[in-house]
Amino acid sequence: MLASDDDILLQAQQWRQAGKGVAIATVIDTWGSAPRPTGSHLVIDAEGNFLGSVSGGCVEGAVVSEAAEVIADGKARTLEFGVADETAWRVGLSCGGRIKVYVERVD
Amino acid sequence: MRLELLKSLNEERAARRAAVLVTDLADGAQRLVKAAELGADPLAEELDAALRMGKSRGAEAGGKSYFLTVQAPPVRIVCIGAVHISQALAPMAKLAGFDMTIIDPRTAFATPERFPGVKVIADWPDAVLSAAPLDRYTAVCLFTHDPKIDDAGLIPALKAECFYIGALGSRKTHQQRVARMHAAGFTDGDMARIHAPIGLDIGSVSPAEIAVAVLGEIIMALRKKPLRAEKAA
Repeated sequence: MLASDDDILLQAQQWRQAGKGVAIATVIDTWGSAPRPTGSHLVIDAEGNFLGSVSGGCVEGAVVSEAAEVIADGKARTLEFGVADETAWRVGLSCGGRIKVYVERVD
Repeated sequence: MRLELLKSLNEERAARRAAVLVTDLADGAQRLVKAAELGADPLAEELDAALRMGKSRGAEAGGKSYFLTVQAPPVRIVCIGAVHISQALAPMAKLAGFDMTIIDPRTAFATPERFPGVKVIADWPDAVLSAAPLDRYTAVCLFTHDPKIDDAGLIPALKAECFYIGALGSRKTHQQRVARMHAAGFTDGDMARIHAPIGLDIGSVSPAEIAVAVLGEIIMALRKKPLRAEKAA
């Protein structure tokens, strides 16, 4: 079952309250046929557990590994994924769309 | 995000209150703006527009890039009266993405057979709505033509500041309704919030056509103007 936004942000709160390192990833912009709308969330804990989605599954792996860095250093960052973008990211969206994802730590 | 902010966001969501989380994308600074406090925010206009559309989005202001995480409760439609119009409205409302509940104490009308897949409650509106209260993000339609039943839904709808209240019936019927509500202590301002006769004036004839007019009017109330109480706040 697809987790609703309620479950996702509540899970982030509960993980943090249980003392875990937590990051929230949010889709902040989309171009073309992006699978998940702007505002979609993915929450990740320090062990790599996650809930929610920012794409149809194509870039979640990359976001989860980047989230580990964000949890470690506390610096929020903006990631960009898409077939047209060949700079830092080797992961592409199979649908041909592009997305921008903001990843921040819960303090 | 600070844990306190995340907690507040989750609290607002659980209470079916709208709020917008504003994130400065350059330095990560964040604030949570509750719907009731929206007018005082420097980005009030942007926040108001985003909230009305119910969609998270980016915003540019004063040379800065912000992201607005919008949290708007899902909109519900409550129909008082398990009548023909409700039968037509139910599938249309579902297609348009609204949750719908139908309330009618007349057990011959409020049957699951007449409303497959729709939440139908065969009880008095005031009884149902005291157990599961209305709120600002609910549209209420009065369809029974029976003042006893309609008023039992209208009074809670007025008190809950529902963003849309529509009442079926002629202008004369509505005048009588207004007189009853005045007697019950409601003001002219309250009465101005009732859409009567219900529905956009598109010349509807059949129950299904009236349902189209009603759904259009609900969407207009939702999207075209700020939710009344929030704007005033």
